[in-house]
Amino acid sequence: MNMRKFKRRINRIIPNGRQMVIGVPFIWLFLFFMLPFFIVLKISFAEADVAIPPYTEIYTYAEQKLQVLLNLGNYALLGDDELYIAAYLGSLKMAFISTVLCLLIGYPMAYAIASARKELQTVLVLLIMMPTWTAILIRVYAWMGILSNNGLLNGFLMSMGLIDEPLQILNTNLAVYIGIVYSYLPFMILPLYANLVKHDQSLLEAASDLGSSTFNSFWKITIPLSKNGIIAGCMLVFIPVVGEFVIPELLGGPETLMIGKVLWQEFFNNRDWPVASALAVVMLAILIVPIILFNRSQAKEMEGKE
Amino acid sequence: MKRFRFSSLMLVLGLLFIYLPMLILVIYSFNASKLVTVWGGWSIKWYVGLLDNSQLMGSVLRSLEIACYTAVAAVALGTLAAFVLTRITHFKGRTLFGGLVTAPLVMPEVITGLSLLLLFVAMAQMIGWPQERGIVTIWIAHTTFCAAYVAVVVSARLRELDLSIEEAAMDLGARPWKVFFLITIPMIAPSLAAGGMMSFALSLDDLVLASFVSGPGSTTLPMEVFSAVRLGVKPEINAVASLILLAVSLVTFLVWFFSRRAEEARKKAIQQAIEESAADSWKQPDARRAPAPQTV
Repeated sequence: MNMRKFKRRINRIIPNGRQMVIGVPFIWLFLFFMLPFFIVLKISFAEADVAIPPYTEIYTYAEQKLQVLLNLGNYALLGDDELYIAAYLGSLKMAFISTVLCLLIGYPMAYAIASARKELQTVLVLLIMMPTWTAILIRVYAWMGILSNNGLLNGFLMSMGLIDEPLQILNTNLAVYIGIVYSYLPFMILPLYANLVKHDQSLLEAASDLGSSTFNSFWKITIPLSKNGIIAGCMLVFIPVVGEFVIPELLGGPETLMIGKVLWQEFFNNRDWPVASALAVVMLAILIVPIILFNRSQAKEMEGKE
Repeated sequence: MKRFRFSSLMLVLGLLFIYLPMLILVIYSFNASKLVTVWGGWSIKWYVGLLDNSQLMGSVLRSLEIACYTAVAAVALGTLAAFVLTRITHFKGRTLFGGLVTAPLVMPEVITGLSLLLLFVAMAQMIGWPQERGIVTIWIAHTTFCAAYVAVVVSARLRELDLSIEEAAMDLGARPWKVFFLITIPMIAPSLAAGGMMSFALSLDDLVLASFVSGPGSTTLPMEVFSAVRLGVKPEINAVASLILLAVSLVTFLVWFFSRRAEEARKKAIQQAIEESAADSWKQPDARRAPAPQTV
């Protein structure tokens, strides 16, 4: 009798299966993904200090007095210094233009894959997917060798007689655009393909039976139907590119101002953790709307709703 | 018809754009000349030289170790998350949960890396763990980010599954855990393998997260490559890069091969079932059963 009571009590404490299944990933993601943002927020209000860790505490408790010291100086610095504003604007411009370029190049590619034969489709998807698993570092590195002054591209153009002296491409914004489009193109194509392949071909046939031109039905049927794929693809490119560090660092030059690079320098070179945190907080504030848009489209996709 | 041709042309050009630079990189890794832009004949000396570079080999082993741990943990965590998202439709905080699962896919790595590092520093101050940042902290960072990819892949598969099989098992008295391990897991096994290999590759690639959360003495391969690449193109790096490309292509090929084989086995089983039921219905006509297709 006592044993049964004991068992019941134990059962009440130990979470049941359902709670465990939800709880384990929830707690992990909360602890290692969400909670850290609050710490970043907290440290963005601290002051840089020569200590380990290199920032001051924002609250102190002594003699029954809790003192909270919020230092807004880091944010004021971001607003005052033109370098930071230029870096944010540079990142947004870079991300916007590369997203448009990826969409313009990626849409026809996704369309071609979706209209290929079934067996060919799996191979093509795999060919597109493979680079996304390959180190971005290596793919960017490959371009360094191609674009440099004495690299392959310049050598080719000179041997064709098109140019007399090497073009300066590496360490310019053009190289960064090439690198970003190159690295992020698969992330645009895959969601577009996943969407396009589900389209009902009979709609297009019906439209053409009723006399619609191919372009007209493409513009009025295919494009609107692929809205979710376009949103997912654009967000998968736009959001990470805003914070991109590797590509501007390796391919860009002094004219390339991007926020990911600035954050990295503040953190690793200047060891100014509070300013780096403030930079991250502002970046997140800029990106929160696109991230929510992406999560919505992803949630619809995951629940299988259209 | 004209548009179709245009899109096919774009596809071919796009694939060339994606693969030519990698091909060039691999070819130049066999270049005998020390000048990376001048062709000096074929040679494998850069590959041989790699074996003597003990610092590099150490970072390769460390990266492989982290990638293995990450693959295992990310598959477990990602599958649980995908299961919750596709099967448990109502619980408190579901929207938040969905956001937490998919947000790591797009979150800029500098933000994730910085925030995780600050978390580890704060934890070390408060509970005294982790005393030293190294393999474990990198593993946690990679698992969090790879689990999102696994969740996407696995949830796509879970949605396609025929729920009636799981329901049948439950009706016959199997407990939910048993159903999950004996029915659900085997049916989603190909996507688990794909997710695992993907996590392995992603973890092996990552530079930014590892740079933030690693400590002294835990340099991973991408960090090693990055510090060399910063100074310019070098033949040794060409060789390392080609080897990584080779490893990733091999993994990709294996994923494709196994998922294709699983798919074929499934199709064969379905076809066999259809044929058997067709034979049955021939012997004993059953009005309730729909006639099996004649040409399979």
